[in-house]
Amino acid sequence: MDKMPKWADVALVPVVSLIIAALISAIVFVAVGQNPWEALKLMAYGAVGTSDFLGYTLFYATNFIFTGLAVAVAFHASLFNIGGEGQVLLGGLGAAIVVLFVPWPHWTLALIAGATAAAVFGALWVAIPAYLQARRGSHIVITTIMFNFMASGVLIYMLSGPLKPDGNMQIATAIFPEASHLPSLNDIAGLFGSDLFGRSPVNISILIALLACVAVWALIWHTRLGYQIRALGRSESAAKYAGISAVNITMIALLISGGLAGMMAVNNTMGINTPQLVDNAAGGAGFIGIAVALMGRNHPVGIIIAALLFGALYQGGAELSAATSIPVQIVVVIQALVIMFTGALDEMVRAPIEKLFIRFGRSRVAGE
Amino acid sequence: MDFFTIVQLGDASVRMAIPLLLACLAGLFSERAGIFDIGLEGKMLAAAFVSAAVSYTSGSVWVGLLAGIGISVVLAIIHGIASITFKGNQLISGVAINFFAAGLTVVIAQGWFAQGGRTPSLPQDARFNGLDFPGALSRMRDKMQASPGMQFYSEFVSGHSILVYLGLLAVPLSWWILYRTRFGLRLRAVGEAPEAVDTAGISVVRLRFSAVIICGILCGIAGAYLSTAVQAGFTKDMTANRGFIALAALIFAKWRPWYALGACLLFGLFFAIDIRFSNIQLQIIWIMVLLLGCAAALTIYAVRREKIDVIVLGGLSAVLAAVAFTAWFATASADGISIFAALWETVKVPSQLIQSLPYLFVVIVLAGFVGKAIPPRAGGQPYVKER
Repeated sequence: MDKMPKWADVALVPVVSLIIAALISAIVFVAVGQNPWEALKLMAYGAVGTSDFLGYTLFYATNFIFTGLAVAVAFHASLFNIGGEGQVLLGGLGAAIVVLFVPWPHWTLALIAGATAAAVFGALWVAIPAYLQARRGSHIVITTIMFNFMASGVLIYMLSGPLKPDGNMQIATAIFPEASHLPSLNDIAGLFGSDLFGRSPVNISILIALLACVAVWALIWHTRLGYQIRALGRSESAAKYAGISAVNITMIALLISGGLAGMMAVNNTMGINTPQLVDNAAGGAGFIGIAVALMGRNHPVGIIIAALLFGALYQGGAELSAATSIPVQIVVVIQALVIMFTGALDEMVRAPIEKLFIRFGRSRVAGE
Repeated sequence: MDFFTIVQLGDASVRMAIPLLLACLAGLFSERAGIFDIGLEGKMLAAAFVSAAVSYTSGSVWVGLLAGIGISVVLAIIHGIASITFKGNQLISGVAINFFAAGLTVVIAQGWFAQGGRTPSLPQDARFNGLDFPGALSRMRDKMQASPGMQFYSEFVSGHSILVYLGLLAVPLSWWILYRTRFGLRLRAVGEAPEAVDTAGISVVRLRFSAVIICGILCGIAGAYLSTAVQAGFTKDMTANRGFIALAALIFAKWRPWYALGACLLFGLFFAIDIRFSNIQLQIIWIMVLLLGCAAALTIYAVRREKIDVIVLGGLSAVLAAVAFTAWFATASADGISIFAALWETVKVPSQLIQSLPYLFVVIVLAGFVGKAIPPRAGGQPYVKER
């Protein structure tokens, strides 16, 4: 056996990385005078303890599936789309404009129109960085970071000016019309007489997120375009030699990525309990998408699992900070550790595991 | 605008430029050695917190500065371990360091001082205060009545904290190290052709680590400046994207120390303008000329090229034109005047636009239409020794 089995690469390495991240987080908890075991119990209760908490966990997970998929699609083309945050904001703007200014008769129509507008706005927001990367060789990471800052400028301008309803103090749009409100999962569970998700905002868009996962899986592994994206990601020169247009594939991969990030707006703008666009609509989800994609190994199934984990972490962290004096930023620390160990220090975790497998594999062969 | 206003604007630009400049030079050393570093922001933030916390606790700002440099160097070494030793993705490592610092500073500040994620306000003698040069006026009223030369001396030259002068000194020093020493030559070489440096029998790893550590030291000073000289203490996310703007300035400066000074002063000026003039007005006709001019230029550039250029740049031109006409017609209908009279109306330029100028600037520079910025050739790639 010359290399480690696939399951170890796909599952064992991320789990070991996660354990290391958790251990360091435990040290942080001890440093600020909190029992890590108690904190873990509080967080677990905060994440899934009641039907409300469970619903919020799923709500956040929906956000992270969208942004995780967005980062993953770009990663497959060896592009690092760090601009998810800005694309989410612009997606929210698109959804808000479409839903506010068109009187949709039914939520299904509003959902389709809102999702389309959100995806188009998100994709357009990444179009210029994508174009500059593809045609002018400007680094996508720097341009998308700059576009994040500009997106928040655009959003705050729109929310405090053109989209601000009269007499409203909050920097936000008006609440969307009643007919366009998306049904929450609790409404759906209520049809069967259950109260599974409480008053949480988890809504029908979680199904759209799962559909997006299937679509991305089919796109990346079962279409010609997906093959071209992966080929470009593996080796640009080989892809060019095979007649794949690097410019077009770079553009398309990033536009899909931006569209997926934009579609998160369906959940966090149209799907919340009082549907409206607020100024911090993204709430860091664009960045958590990086951690989710890295941990999920850029595969939709992995992304769903990682998104659920981060959803639980986000919601559990919020409850933890409500119950103790630990600020909610502890979630950002854990997120950073996960990005570090599953992303940049991947080799540090992988190499010893690989070595172990090879040694045990050899000794077994020798024993036989 | 009288002379004293200009002097004050220049003074504010320098103040705003110093943290950018230090971070920019930090990035310069790192990237010249072939290590991309988007973790400048995180290192500055961590240093800002630690130097404020240690200055407050120890009562000595110099101890605080050293502690800030210390934490920044520790983060720089972590970045080095990830990107040099384990050949990991440098961008991802930088992102992780940014989040790590953003989260941990607040968590520890809360655990240490319990004041909502900030440090207590620093007393006067635990800060870097302005140095008054001999003969300089310190009272605002005296300055306003002084002669222009005196105004320039008192307001612009004198009265900054020692870190400002150190920051400005760092520019010639960096230039000298990079272009006039053997270490500098090797450092630049390792960012362009590490294999050549390796063949010459010089350790790539050691050179890159020393570059990363210099980067940590400079980021540490930048962070300490923010929390102990500009402000009296640490507040959450107080670096406010300066690390990223420094990166932008670095690209704008094409990875050269003196250009970095110019770029940072320019971005400092943007900040100073934004702080001083919150209400910038412009006549509609100028907005139209500016936006439609850009749109026309982009279209002319695109038509002779490929389909993708026409689609993207044409679309962008359409958006710019739409914004221009919306501003025009909206002003006309809001004021109830004819379309042509509205051309000479003035409207307020949104402050968000002014704040976005540095970012917009960077994108334009990166686009390479105005002087192409070419990064060090081996930047971002881990060096793998041939076997």
